[in-house]
Amino acid sequence: MVGERAISKALKFYVPLGLYLLFLLFPFYWMVNTVFKSDKEMYNLELNPFYIHSPTLENIVHLFTRTIFLKWMANTFFVAILSTLMALGASLLAAYAIQRLRFRTSQPTGVAIFLSYLIPQTILFIPLAHVIFQLKLWDSLWALVLTYPTFLVPFCTWLLMGYFKSIPKEMEECAMIDGASRVRIFRSIILPLCLPGILSAGIFCFTLSWNEYIYALAFISDTSSKTVPIGLVTELVRGDVYHWGPLMAGALCASVPVALVYSFFVEHYVAGMTGALKE
Amino acid sequence: MGEAISQSEAMPGALRHRLSRALENPTLLGFLFVAPAELILLIFLAYPFVLGLWLGFTDTVVGREGSFVGLENYKELLEDSAFWLTVFNTFLYTVVAVILKAVLGIGLAVVLNRDFKAKGLVRAIVLLPWIVPTALSAICFWWLYDSTFSGISWVLMRLGLIDGMINFLGDPWNARFSLIAANVWRGIPFFTIGLLAGLQTISPELYEAADLDGASFWSKFRKITLPLITPLLAVVTAFSTIWTFADFQLIWIITKGGPAGATHVFGTLSFQRAMSGGHFGEGAAISNFMLPILVVCVLISFKYLRRED
Repeated sequence: MVGERAISKALKFYVPLGLYLLFLLFPFYWMVNTVFKSDKEMYNLELNPFYIHSPTLENIVHLFTRTIFLKWMANTFFVAILSTLMALGASLLAAYAIQRLRFRTSQPTGVAIFLSYLIPQTILFIPLAHVIFQLKLWDSLWALVLTYPTFLVPFCTWLLMGYFKSIPKEMEECAMIDGASRVRIFRSIILPLCLPGILSAGIFCFTLSWNEYIYALAFISDTSSKTVPIGLVTELVRGDVYHWGPLMAGALCASVPVALVYSFFVEHYVAGMTGALKE
Repeated sequence: MGEAISQSEAMPGALRHRLSRALENPTLLGFLFVAPAELILLIFLAYPFVLGLWLGFTDTVVGREGSFVGLENYKELLEDSAFWLTVFNTFLYTVVAVILKAVLGIGLAVVLNRDFKAKGLVRAIVLLPWIVPTALSAICFWWLYDSTFSGISWVLMRLGLIDGMINFLGDPWNARFSLIAANVWRGIPFFTIGLLAGLQTISPELYEAADLDGASFWSKFRKITLPLITPLLAVVTAFSTIWTFADFQLIWIITKGGPAGATHVFGTLSFQRAMSGGHFGEGAAISNFMLPILVVCVLISFKYLRRED
């Protein structure tokens, strides 16, 4: 009886879970496995490709010494942090106003902001390239800092509106009776209470900016102004020459900041994701 | 904030009084609070959106203002076999990938919806493909799909299932399904984590009652689980459909639309024509073909997401 139940549990749970994890983790294994192989080993068909026979750091050395990888990382950080701050500031104010101030056009404003979240970058990059060109921001990181908030603000506002909604109105009313101004209520009551929400929103913004590809590809062609994903693909693939080792090393190293942020705040991340969907 | 206070303290009393009175007016304060967000969205989203609609009717090339050409771009595209191949690819890619993501995503959510050791760790691992920058995982898939050194081919050959290496990206159908597999890999976590939240709100009593009636696993899933998560599933699917339909980076990195246009989708074709070829007008027209599908997805997600107050 017990044996039967264990088998049924294994079939219903451990086997499918194992297969899923194998599928989801396999590409990562392939990436890490390649990073520490020499070219000679990588291109030797006689060897088992899933095993590293003589580990080497030459790919990582290649990445750091023969490309400006660190500069690309710095560029990506610069853009991600500035656009996150801009988006957070604008979204906090907007979300509070829409959810709590109930001014005349608050409802349509909320709807408009939500709708703008659903317009994909693929539709916007051509006219935006035109705008960026007119603003003389071509090849400048500021082009990215200014355009990334367009997909960050709608999401953040939507997420934060959910948090503001969960704060009891009575707290504000009490403070108002005590003579506190609206601005002061926002600063000393609402913001501290929404800290988890602000954190979730900030993490989302950071990872979304870090991951952005199409705008960075369209607006930046100068090698020293590229962000990591663009730099890797355009500089480590030259015609028919693929530097797979350094490419994998770059992909691994560039994933580290996002993975770190994520591992520290995974609960906030999940809460943000599910919160935004449910609200 | 500190600066703002000291500034207002430095102002003459009457002005300060009027200012703070004005800030108590919800309409004015609301307008001020919403202004930064609206300004960003107006300049860099609403204006480009309208500009894109206009560009589709012009012969603009990069660096030169174009003139109005009416429906010329659209007419040319409709006579362009490369465009029709793109339409086919986009729909194939979207329909197959979204269905696979939904089915596999629900499956994993159901598997994870129970208490077990290391639940948090497993959930964190499941989300990894979604967290890691797509451009970087795309590079990884690109290498995994190498025609000579792919680990997938190696395993299949060792198992005796195939005779030679698979030409993943050189053959049109292989390339299409390779891209779909990469997209599914990346998109499963969104469905799983999104739906898991919904599954957790279903009362266990419902399942216990069904167990007493001797219901099977499948009938419990069909009669209890599925109906209760349908609203959430609709939203998740609508979002995923928009993103898959408008996908760009995965395809651009792995195949650039090749071989011979066999994997071009709207996003990659418009990028190629507009940025690589310089034909902004034509590129914008291709992008604009995406709008009808988007509107449908937006309406669906809006119907289910609207907050009740």
